Amino acid sequence: MMQLRINGKDTELAAATVAELLAEQGIDPGARFLAVAINGSVVRRAEWQTAPLAAGDSVEIVRPFQGG
Amino acid sequence: MADPLVIAGTTFSSRLIAGTARFPNQQVMLDALEASGAEMVTASIRRISLEGYSGSLIDLLGDKYRILPNTAGCVTARDAILTAELAREALNTNWVKLELIGDRELLYPDVEQLVHAADELVRKGFIVMPYCNEDPVSCQKLADVGCAAVMPLGSLIGSGMGIANPAAIELICSRSPVPVVLDAGIGTASDAAQAMELGCDAVMIDTAIAKSLDPVRMAAGMRAAIEGGRLARLAGRIPKQRFAEPSSPQLGLVGS
Repeated sequence: MMQLRINGKDTELAAATVAELLAEQGIDPGARFLAVAINGSVVRRAEWQTAPLAAGDSVEIVRPFQGG
Repeated sequence: MADPLVIAGTTFSSRLIAGTARFPNQQVMLDALEASGAEMVTASIRRISLEGYSGSLIDLLGDKYRILPNTAGCVTARDAILTAELAREALNTNWVKLELIGDRELLYPDVEQLVHAADELVRKGFIVMPYCNEDPVSCQKLADVGCAAVMPLGSLIGSGMGIANPAAIELICSRSPVPVVLDAGIGTASDAAQAMELGCDAVMIDTAIAKSLDPVRMAAGMRAAIEGGRLARLAGRIPKQRFAEPSSPQLGLVGS
């Protein structure tokens, strides 16, 4: 278990990689139109299985939404 | 195709770029976008709800439209650049509508940060379309750093006040080396027609369609207005003059 900041919210959970984090959050890792950044850098989908998460990391998980 | 719009080497037959926000429901949005004839629509990039990831706007829009992600709400260049990079990853597009706000109430662009962010995004390979103020100097700076178009506001976002400074828009259009898209403040069809008559290459519209009483009908009206305004622009209007000039012949009047 470690402290992570997910979408602006401090949480404690067990996830060693982006793929594990998505699964832990109930997000289908095959879902289209998702993007992830760790500490201000985009992590590409191809790297989700391997990109490691460290304690204190700040993660953004985003999708397209309505907008002008 | 006659009179196509070309942005970054991509051809469009529609000169209306539509927003996807503020519609009463998704079906009305879909029907209005269809009626508008738009080929490119904007979308924002937002954090997913942690309660669960549900179906996305983009699934609805499918392959029918080119999605132009925006950096709406960003107030720093760093956030705008990260948002653009996330959008590129999520949507597999390098096109971005760059919005960098300097005042949360007025939603006026922060031009200094905007030019800096545009410069960096162009270097990173983005096709940048910046929402900017109606200032020929800002627009020239944005073009100089490599933006694919410039998008001066007509009036405040969502205000429906139309084109507050038509002379400035006309100046921007006459000098711009890149396409000019009037973006923000359109209220009704005549505003969109005016934008085209002033020389704009396209118009971006969200609230004026989405929040009208009949968005589908308004979208059709905007489409017609943009086509009409463009024809008028290309046709070359008559000059304004301060005196009357009769159109019927002066000779052969009955009773003369």
